[in-house]
Amino acid sequence: MEKQELIEKAENLANQAKELAEAVAAQSTEIVPAVAQAAEASGGTPFIYLFTAFVLACFVGYYVVWSVTPALHSPLMGVTNAISSVIIVGALIAAGPADMNLSKIFGFIAVVLASVNIFGGFVVTNRMLSMFKKKPKA
Amino acid sequence: MENLSAFAYLAAAICFIMALRGLSSPETARRGNMLGIIGMVIAVLTTLAMPNVLSYELILAGIVIGGGIGTVIARKIEMTALPQLVAAFHSLVGAAAVFVAGAAFYAPEAYNIGESGNIAVASLLEMGLGTAIGAITFSGSLVAFGKLQGIFRSAPVTFAGQHKLNALLGLLMAVLLVWFCMDQNPSTFWMIVILATVLGFLLIIPIGGADMPVVVSMLNSYSGWAACGIGFTLANTALIVTGALVGASGAILSYIMCKGMNRSIINVILGGFGGEDSSAGGAGGQVEDRPVKSGSAADAAFIMKNASSVIIVPGYGMAVAQAQHALREMADLLKEEGVKVRYAIHPVAGRMPGHMNVLLAEASVPYDEVLELEEINRDFAQTEVVFVIGANDVTNPAAKTDKASPIYGMPILDVEKAQQVLFVKRGMAAGYAGVQNELFFRDNTMMLFGDAKHMCEGIVKAME
Repeated sequence: MEKQELIEKAENLANQAKELAEAVAAQSTEIVPAVAQAAEASGGTPFIYLFTAFVLACFVGYYVVWSVTPALHSPLMGVTNAISSVIIVGALIAAGPADMNLSKIFGFIAVVLASVNIFGGFVVTNRMLSMFKKKPKA
Repeated sequence: MENLSAFAYLAAAICFIMALRGLSSPETARRGNMLGIIGMVIAVLTTLAMPNVLSYELILAGIVIGGGIGTVIARKIEMTALPQLVAAFHSLVGAAAVFVAGAAFYAPEAYNIGESGNIAVASLLEMGLGTAIGAITFSGSLVAFGKLQGIFRSAPVTFAGQHKLNALLGLLMAVLLVWFCMDQNPSTFWMIVILATVLGFLLIIPIGGADMPVVVSMLNSYSGWAACGIGFTLANTALIVTGALVGASGAILSYIMCKGMNRSIINVILGGFGGEDSSAGGAGGQVEDRPVKSGSAADAAFIMKNASSVIIVPGYGMAVAQAQHALREMADLLKEEGVKVRYAIHPVAGRMPGHMNVLLAEASVPYDEVLELEEINRDFAQTEVVFVIGANDVTNPAAKTDKASPIYGMPILDVEKAQQVLFVKRGMAAGYAGVQNELFFRDNTMMLFGDAKHMCEGIVKAME
C-alpha cells in the first residue's frame, strides 16, 4: 500500500518536472528573439562599433594627456570640464520635440546646466591661458 | 543626412583631441582652446539640424541663461578659488548626465532606443550606469566644493563602519541596476538616482582638504565616464570619444597627484588622512620646544639681496594669503639686483593640479622661470638661498630618512641642500600631514614668522 503511494507520488513529481521543463523551453524560445529584437532596436549602430571607438579613444586620451605639460594641468581640467559638457547633445534632443512633456523639461534643465559648464569652462580656461607669458627678452 | 551628422560628430571629437594636444606647451594652448570651442559649436549645430529637433525657443533660452551664468562666474572668479569652481562645474556635468538619462528614459522614442516600457536592455544598462556615475559625480563634487570653499570643515569626517556601509550601498547599487534593466520601472530609476547621490556624498566626506587635488581629478574622470555612458545610450561617437578623453585625463591626473604624495589611490579614497588625530600625535610633540632662529623682513631682504641665486618654493599658504603679487614684486627687485630667481613647484602644491602655476602666471611670473620638481631638484645644492612660502611637508627631509613618518617615500624638494633656507610661516604648527619639519631647527634655517603677503611686502620695503 505504502509502496504504491510512493510510486504514484514519484510519477506525479516526474510529470510536474517535465511540464516545468517544457514551459521553460517554450519561454526561452520566446525570449531569445525578443532579446535579439531589442538589440536591433537599440539604434542603427551596433554596440561593437561604439565600443571600438570607446577603447581607441581611451588610448588616444592616455597618450595625449601624458604629453600635457604639468604647468598646464589646471587649464587641462578647465578644458576637459568644458568638453565633457558635449553631453548637451543629448539634452538638445530631449528639448527638441514640438510638444511639451516631462522629457522636454528635463532636456531644458540639462541644456542650462551644460551651457553653464561649456561657457564657464572655456572662458575660465582662456583666462588662465592668457596669463601664461614668456620671459620678456631683455 | 545620418552619415553627414556622423561625420560632423567625428570632426567635433577630433577638435577635442586637438584641444588637449595643444596643452603640451603654453604657446599652442590658446589655439587648442579655440579648437575646443569650434568642436563644441560643430556638435551643437549638428544636433540642432537633426530632423527631430523642431522647437528652438526653449533651447535658445537654456543656452542664453546657462551661457550667461557660466560666463559671468568664469570672468569674476578669483584664481585662488579655481579648485572650487572646477568642483562646482563637475557637479553640473553630473547633474546634466542624470537629466539627460531621465529624458531618454521617459521619451525613448526621441533617442531611437525603443518605446516607454519596452526599452532595449543594453540601452537601459548604459543609461543606468550613466545615471549612477552622474549622480555620484554630482553629490561628490558638491561635497568637494563645500570643503574647498570652506562651507564645511575640510577635515575628514569618519565614523565606525563607514567603509562597510559604502561597500553595502555599492552592492545595493549593482542590484538596483540589474533590477532596473529587468523591470524598467520609473521608481527604480529614481531609486538609483537617490542611492547614487547618497553614495557620492558618503564617498567624499572622509577625504581631507589637502587630498582635494586627487578628489577633484577623480571627479573630473567620473564626469567623463558619465558622459561616455550617455554616449552609448545615444549611439553618439562625439560623446563617447569625449567622455573617454575626459575620463582618461582625470584618471592620469589622479595618478600623478597620488604619486606626488607617495600614496595609493585606494589610500586616498578610503580617506581619514590628515585628521585631527594624526596632527595631535606623532613624533612632532617632543621637539616643539627646541629653539629656532627667527628673523625679520629686513634680515631676509639683506640675505637674498646678497645671494647670487634664489629659488622660491610656493605652497598652498601663498594662495591662502593671496601673496603671489607681492612675491613677484619681491622677485623683480631681486632680479634688478642681479640675483638669479627661479620657482620650484611640487606636484601636489595647491588644491588642484597645476594650481600654483596658474597663480604665479596670474601675478605675471614668466612661465619659463617656473620649474617642476624633476627639473630643478638637482639645482638646490648649488643654490645660496631658498625662500619657502606657504609650503611645509613638501620640503620635509623626513620623507627620505624617517621610515616611521606618514610622509615617508613622498618625493620632496631638496630644499635642505641649499646654503640658507628661509621659511615664511605663520607659526610653528605642523603641516597637513601632522609631521614636524626637522628643517626648522637647523642652523642654516631662518624662520620668518608672519602672514605670507605682509612678509613679502615687508621684504620689498626693506629692499627699496
